[in-house]
This record gives sequence, structure tokens and C-alpha cells, in this order.
Amino acid sequence: MNAGAFLKLFARNRLAAAGGLILVFVVLIALAAPILPLQDPYAQDTADKFLRPFSDGHFLGTDHLGRDILSRLIWGTRLSLVVGLVASFGAAFFGSIIGIVAGYFGGRTDNWLMRGIDMLMAFPYILLALAIVAALGPGLTNALIAVAVVNIPFFARNIRGVTVTLAHKEFVDAARLSGMTDIRIMLSEILPNVLPVIVIAMSTTVGWMILETAGLSFLGLGSQPPVADLGSMLGEGRNALITDPHASIIPGIMIFVIVMSVNLMGDGIRDALDPRLRSGALTRPMARTLVDRDAVPEPPANPALLDLQDLRTEFRVGNRTLKALSGVSLEVRPGECLGLIGESGSGKSVTALSVMGLVASPPGVIAGGAVRYAGQELLGAPFSELRELRGNRISYIFQDPLATLHPLYTVGDQIVEAIQAHRSTPNAQARARALELLNAVRIPNAERRLGDYPHELSGGMRQRVGIAMALANEPDLIIADEPTTALDVTVQAQILALLDDLRRDRGVAILFITHDFGVVAQLCDRVAVMYAGRIVETGPTDAILDAPAHPYTRRLIACVPRLGEGRRALHAIPGLPPAVDDLPAGCAFAPRCDKATDACRTGEITLAKSAANRAVRCLYPEGDVA
Amino acid sequence: MGGYILKRLLAAIPVILGITVIVFLIMSLIPGDPATAILGSYATPENVEKLNRDLGLDKPLVSQYFIWLGNMVQGDFGRSFSLNRPVLDEVLERFGATLILAGTSLVLCSIFGILAGVISASRQYGLADKAITFVVLIGISIPSFFLGMMMILLFAVKLRWLPVSGMYAIYGGGDLPDLLRHLAMPAIALAVVATGVIARLSRSAMLEVLRQDFIRTARAKGVKENRVVWRHALKAAMVSIIPVIGVQAGFVLSGAVYIETVFQWPGVGRMLVTAILTRDILLVQGGVVIVAACYVLFNLAVDVAQSLLDPRVKI
Ligand code: SF4
Repeated sequence: MNAGAFLKLFARNRLAAAGGLILVFVVLIALAAPILPLQDPYAQDTADKFLRPFSDGHFLGTDHLGRDILSRLIWGTRLSLVVGLVASFGAAFFGSIIGIVAGYFGGRTDNWLMRGIDMLMAFPYILLALAIVAALGPGLTNALIAVAVVNIPFFARNIRGVTVTLAHKEFVDAARLSGMTDIRIMLSEILPNVLPVIVIAMSTTVGWMILETAGLSFLGLGSQPPVADLGSMLGEGRNALITDPHASIIPGIMIFVIVMSVNLMGDGIRDALDPRLRSGALTRPMARTLVDRDAVPEPPANPALLDLQDLRTEFRVGNRTLKALSGVSLEVRPGECLGLIGESGSGKSVTALSVMGLVASPPGVIAGGAVRYAGQELLGAPFSELRELRGNRISYIFQDPLATLHPLYTVGDQIVEAIQAHRSTPNAQARARALELLNAVRIPNAERRLGDYPHELSGGMRQRVGIAMALANEPDLIIADEPTTALDVTVQAQILALLDDLRRDRGVAILFITHDFGVVAQLCDRVAVMYAGRIVETGPTDAILDAPAHPYTRRLIACVPRLGEGRRALHAIPGLPPAVDDLPAGCAFAPRCDKATDACRTGEITLAKSAANRAVRCLYPEGDVA
Repeated sequence: MGGYILKRLLAAIPVILGITVIVFLIMSLIPGDPATAILGSYATPENVEKLNRDLGLDKPLVSQYFIWLGNMVQGDFGRSFSLNRPVLDEVLERFGATLILAGTSLVLCSIFGILAGVISASRQYGLADKAITFVVLIGISIPSFFLGMMMILLFAVKLRWLPVSGMYAIYGGGDLPDLLRHLAMPAIALAVVATGVIARLSRSAMLEVLRQDFIRTARAKGVKENRVVWRHALKAAMVSIIPVIGVQAGFVLSGAVYIETVFQWPGVGRMLVTAILTRDILLVQGGVVIVAACYVLFNLAVDVAQSLLDPRVKI
């Protein structure tokens, strides 16, 4: 990021900019103190002590010795800022030396230095500062030293972390080989690279250090009379807090203003430098995907178990819109298994998650279409209705069960929860049911496994738990989003066999998302092929496997490894699927299709019925299907 | 579990030893003759000679350290000359008062910090989030000693709800309600900054967790949203919030020094400040070592709590 972009981002954060302005103003006034027409901050006039603010000749009043508070405030601010800055530089200087040396040399040196730093950090910081002041004696310089020392570990740790990653980069090795001395390498190669970290660390601590030195002065351990920084002004004012509060309120507010503006600026700098904030990656998904659609499609004449109608899901990031789904329609009938197949990025998972409003939002938005469960429209339904269906009538099995199971709950608790989310089953009964489910998904030693945490199970066992959880409420439909992808081949086969049995025994419908035609062939009655956010071909599994109509389908099928041939033809489809924010006009597959003509690249190509129960989105379908 | 705690206790010993070394080194910075510095105005020739003998101050630095360490292990932290009583007795008595204050503050800031953080995160960019973020910003910027003084002005002087200072009323009182009335203001003033810090970190920890796949799983199960946030997400977020609370305990303990001074709370912090001003070196030394050692043990307890919460931590 260049300086201009940084400033722009920084300015966009209005609070940070306000903090910056205030700070600049305070600093300017403090700098100008010698040339401002201020009264002598030390001139006492006991006759005029504790004058209220706005008195004649004393804009902010006078203190207990009749000294002008405005003048003392500005000089005090100047002193506090200087002391805070010097302490900050001191801590940064020594902390960086320790950090760079430890990180650069590593090994023993690193170990001993960091041990020492850890020891320093074992103190509540002020105890260390107090001990130092106790040894050196009260006084502003000593307080400054104490505050600087206490903050050294923070710098040492941060700088060491960065240096360690730098110490083994090529350019450092190259410098070493060229015979540069260690000191020169640290100064000329490492230091410039850690400088930004030092600056950030300083910007986050300088406010602290101003506050801490003011604190020590407040306790009477810092600046000694008659010299006063903000802290000792506050400390002196405290003696007359009840009778003459203005003498403490004024310096107190000044400290507050300085620390607050430094904090605001520090936050602004951090935000501007953090790429995650800009990309919106730090937003939390809401309980359901946002829906922002103009019209609801007419309900189908004879509704299936699940109907997706012209579903359009987008990701809105900043002012870009990525169309993940551009009109997906499909239906799942009771007890049927529909395979939804495509490469990663084709939109198959987004389709699956859109059904129950589980697409992370922001940035996901359902921009059009409808989802109907047994005729009931879900996208516009109140959240309570949607939640009632989730995991109850329609449940999910996700890809990576280590990430999708809660790491801190036992599997038993997680299954029990799935049951109790929808029924008020007593605990003991729910537990018995959970055991039953674990047995049903063929987990050995089910009784004992109930008390295990997900990380204690193997990948295959975890996925069985995921399946058990999906079955908990005898759903009508299970949406399985690549449930076997993360597993090795033998376990994959077992899980598929299990799903197939469950489907036949319980009559539950499955929407099976995968990128693997081999899996579809084993499990699914029908298949829908997705490409670039659209369905390009649908039909009965056998028919499509025998005679794929879409060139893309043909290539996908060609990717399936045959027995004994190992993994073959990974590159059977040249090129990559198009980015969904940059879809070509016409057929999205055209850039990778060897039959593409100019006609393919213009105009919309519809999903046309090609044979019994089959449809294809292609101008020149394969073979005799056309 | 027991083995784990024992292991951590053993690991704490070198840290505590390190603390004594650091304190010893700092104290050896004292300019001039140490015995005279320690005794201050009590430095008669006999006293100086006796102290030199007791602390081995005429011996080399290393043996001085071991004599000092040996004395401490036997519970002898020396004698406070300004108070004319053993350092250990004084420190323990004062430390009790500090624990009441700091402990209450730590409980307050944990509860309110986490509450604010969770609410803020679950309504990200909503009104509540913005309001909390703003209040937190003010909270972490206001010096606790200034806040304490303003609270005295408002609640004690103007509204007359609460007593200005002290731990108990001088006449009568001394019971729990009396303690609570005296405790309310200092505990809150001390908790404010830490509450802000914990709220901030809880918010970002929650945001981090709410994006995880297992939260999506909980929602896919049809778990009520309140439960998703307050159970599933918060439990996972606690793994990163608990260490923050451990760190904040150090800050609360540090802030207690100011707050005790503002409210004249008879704690160890105010004792240390007075001891520094009266150059009661042995009292400072003993107080710092004892409090720092307790802090190490507290952090150990935090680690154990952490491992209890997270089954993935190898015990
Ligand atoms: S429409 Fe044209 S480019 Fe697209 S798949 Fe068919 S033949 Fe290929």
C-alpha cells in the first residue's frame, strides 16, 4: 500500500482523523509554549489562590499557590508529551536491540534473552516500575526510566517475532555469504524491514507511556515541585478536590484528551494496515443469509420435496458483486438422491447452503428466486420457521468434520443438542437416542464415544458423527456437501455405503454435492451438473454416464479414475472455470470447449429438454442425444 | 490433572526465582551505602553494623543474594524501619485489602467486558455495537485515578450516596454492607479500563469464532440463535478471552496502586508508594516480591482454567 492510499483509508475513518487533528493541535500548542503570551507558570500569588476559571487575568483560574493554571497546563502538557515520547523511544530502542539480536542469532542467545524478557513480563508492570523508582529515588527522570524499562519486553517480543521470520530469508543469507558482519546485516538488512513494526508498536504504546508517567507523577514519584507535568498537577489538585475541583478536573481532562486522541489514531492506523478489515473478512455471518429480491417466482404446479427456482446468490464485497449462482433451478423428490456435481467454484456448495439460508452473509445475498420445501417458500419465511426446519426436516452434512463439529463439546452433547433443538426430550432419553444414532452409523464402542471430543476421533468416525447428527430428527432431506472429500479412499467408500443404506432404510432424500462422478455413480438416482453458477445438464445418472450431452459433462466423466488405472487425466479439462465476476457472454464453458463457435459466445443459451427426463444447456450437444 | 498442576507449579519456581533476581538487581542500583539507605534516619552506627551482618551487605553481591533468598524462604523479609514491624506481616495484612479490591474489580471487568464484547459482536455494526464501541473507547482512555476523583466528586460529594474513602467507616461499621459501600466506587473505577480492554478483545474473539464452520453447523442443526451466540460461540471464544483476563489481572493489580491512593484504600499499593516516599527499602522489596510471586501463581491458575475448558490442550 502506498502512502496516499494509506492516508485515504486513514481519513475515511473519521474518528481516527478527529483524533489525529486533536493530537496535532495539542502538540502544536505544547511546542509553541515558549512563544505564547503565557504567565510565568511558577509565579506564586497566595492572595489569588484557587481562583475559579474565567477569572480576570487567569482564564483557567489559579491553583493552591495562586499560579496560573492555563500556563501550567500548557507547560505541563509539554512536559508530559516529552516524557512519554522519550520513554517510548527508549523502550523502542532497547527493546528493538534485544528483539533483533535474539531473533537474528537464535539458539542460545535467543533463549537467554527471551527468558529474561519473560521474567520481566511476569511482574504486574507497575511493581517493576515502583521497584525501579524505589531504587533510583523519586524524580521525573527516574520515573521515565522506570516506564521505559517496563515497556521494553513488549517491543523485544514483537520485534523478535518479525526478525525470526526475516533471519532466514534469502536476502539475509545472501548478505551473510557475501561476508557482511552480523552487525552490518542487522543494521542494513534487518532493521529497515522491522522498522514499520517498531513504528506501529510505538504508536500503540506511546499513549500508555504518557499515561504511566503521568500516573507516577500523580503518586508523587515523578516530577517534583515546582515543576509539574499533568500527573503532578492532578496529584496536587487532589488535595483540594472537594473544595476546588477545577484544579484537578482541568489537568485530568487534558490527560484524557491526549490519551483518547492517541488511542483513536492508533486504532485508525491499525485498521488501515489490516487487510482483513478492508476485505470485510472480519465480519460475522448473520443467522441467515440476507434476501434481497424483486419478485418471487410462481409456485410450481406440483411441488416436489424441495424446489429451487431460478436461485440467484451473490457475494457483495465492497462495490463488487460476484454472481455465484445465476439462476439455479432443481427439484428433489421424496426419497430420491440427487447428485449436484461441478468443479470447485462452480457454485454447487453455494446452492446447497442457500437452501437453508446458511450462506455467510455478509457478504452473501440471495438476490432472486425461491426455495420451496414441500411447497412452502423459505426465503421469505420468518426466521423462526426457517430455524424450525433446519436440522429437523432438512439437515446438513458438511465437508470437514473437524472444522464443522464444535471442538469443545463432546460428540454426545452435540447430538443431544441436535435432538433437543427441536423436541423437548429429557436428557436421559436424548442421550439414549444419541447412542442409538451412533450405533446406526456404525460407530464401534458407541457408548464410550459419546463422551469423546471431536479431536479424539478419526476423520471417518467424525464424519459418522456428522451423519448421526443429521439423522437426529429423522429428516426428509439431507444435504450432503462433499461429505467424503476430506477422507481417504477406503473410509470414503464406507461412508458412501452407509449413506446409501440409510437412504434405503429410512427413505430420506439426499442432495449430494460432489466434484466426483465416481461418487455420483455409486449413490445418486439423478444428477445435475453445474458450471459457473448454472446447471448445464441434468438427467438420470445412468443415462448421463452412458451418454453425456454437454461437452463439460463428458470431460468430467473422463476424469473419473477407473479401477486399476489409478488417478488419471487430472488435466482432462484444460483451463480453469471462469471467475464468477467476469462471466463471458453466451456459454461460460466456451473458452475451454473445443466445439465452441461464435454462436456459443453470443446470447443466452437455455437449458433445453434433450431426451426423456434430460436437459442440456449447449448449442451442440454430444452424440446422438441431440 | 493433578500431575499437570504439579508440573505447572514446578515450572513456576524458576519464574519466581527470576523475579527475586530482578528485584535484587534493581535494589543493588541504590546509590551509596545500602545499609545507610535502608535505615534512612535510623542509621546509627550500631544499626548499620547489625544490618550489614544480617543481610551480609559486606559480602560479594552473589552471596548477598543467597543470604537474602535464604531469609525469604524462611519467611524473613526483614523489618520495616518506618513502621517498626516485620515486612511480611505488614505486606500480608495490606495485600488482603488489595485482593478484595482487585478481585472485585477483576470479577466486574470480566463479566461486563465479556457481556459487552458478545453483544457488540453479535450485533456487529448495529446501534448497540457502535454505542458499546464508543463507550469502550472512552473507558480505555480515561486515567483510572482521574475517573476515581470524578466519581468521588459526583457520588460522594454531590449525591452523598457513598463514602469518600477508606475501607471501613471509622466509627462503627466494619461489617459487610459497610465494606460494600466503601468498595463500590474504587472497584468500579479500577475495573473500567480493564472492562474496555476485555470488551474489545471479546468482540474480536467472538467475530473470529462466529465465522467458524462449527457455528454454521450449529445453525444448520436449528439451534436457537441465542444459544449459538452465548453457548457455542462464547465457549469457543473463551479460549482466547481467558488469557486476556489473566493479563488484565496484572493491569488491575497495577491500577490498584492509583486507586488505593485516590480512595485511601489500605492496600499494598498505597503501602508501596508510601514506602518509596519514606525510603523504606526493605518494605518495597518485600512487597514487590510477594505480590509478584502471587501474580505468577494466579497466572498459573489461569492456565489451568484454560486447560479445563479446552480438551485439546495436552495435559
Ligand atoms: S454451447 Fe458451445 S461452447 Fe458451450 S458447451 Fe456447447 S458447444 Fe461448447
